[in-house]
Amino acid sequence: MSLFNVFDVAGSAMNAQSMRLNVTASNLANADAVSTTAAGAYRARHPVFQTAMVGANAASAEEPAAAGVRVLDVVQSDTTPVRRHDPGNPLADAEGYVWGSNVNPVEEMANMISASRSYQGSVEVMTTSRDLLLKTLAMGR
Amino acid sequence: MLPLDSLFGVHERALLLRGERTAVLAANLANADTPGYKARDINFASVLAGEQANLPMAAPNSGQAVGTAAGSELGGSNLQYRVPYQASTDGNTVEAQVEQAAFAENTVRYQASLMFITRQVQALEAALASP
Repeated sequence: MSLFNVFDVAGSAMNAQSMRLNVTASNLANADAVSTTAAGAYRARHPVFQTAMVGANAASAEEPAAAGVRVLDVVQSDTTPVRRHDPGNPLADAEGYVWGSNVNPVEEMANMISASRSYQGSVEVMTTSRDLLLKTLAMGR
Repeated sequence: MLPLDSLFGVHERALLLRGERTAVLAANLANADTPGYKARDINFASVLAGEQANLPMAAPNSGQAVGTAAGSELGGSNLQYRVPYQASTDGNTVEAQVEQAAFAENTVRYQASLMFITRQVQALEAALASP
């Protein structure tokens, strides 16, 4: 029954989006973290989504309808961290500079809203499918 | 004698197809943020045309032929890629508002078919209960 696949599909989407929210939270939390070296600076992380076959027929390609999503990897942004003058900081180097994170708060906020909306959409899909299944169970009554 | 196979007419098959389409649209919505994902949908008209040719109403004596193999075809050959209104640079062709509208429409039509079947059952029960 294909309606049951919807739970797998919407569930995988919720999983992926909550992962994205998690990563965004991590990025925003570390937006102001500093380091003495460029290598030690926090770099923004971003999840990479990939289409994945889910459900009982995951192994066979005969059920292309049940295409969920999974997080393939979490990659770090390769934007150069920001170097700024802050001699009062205990982490400052000999010249008085610290390396800040390369997190772009605007980008992260947009990411957060997008993830939140997509998550809500998946919840809605799941709720609707559950209603349909329950109504189907009550068929003829 | 009452042809039980054709009691529900097209709605029995329509219900299956609507269920299938729910999964396809759910997959589209799930992959709304996946780069390179191409949104798909079931071409309802072409499936219906194929089903109508098999309907027992058209051929009362071959009613048993209905419902074979068509189930596996529902999701396969009739899946088509959606043409996006505004293509996205990451290759994703899912447009959430389009998919949500299609999902809502599909849900209502599913319930409509369900209601037709329910009413048919009730009518049959009423006929059986009458003295």
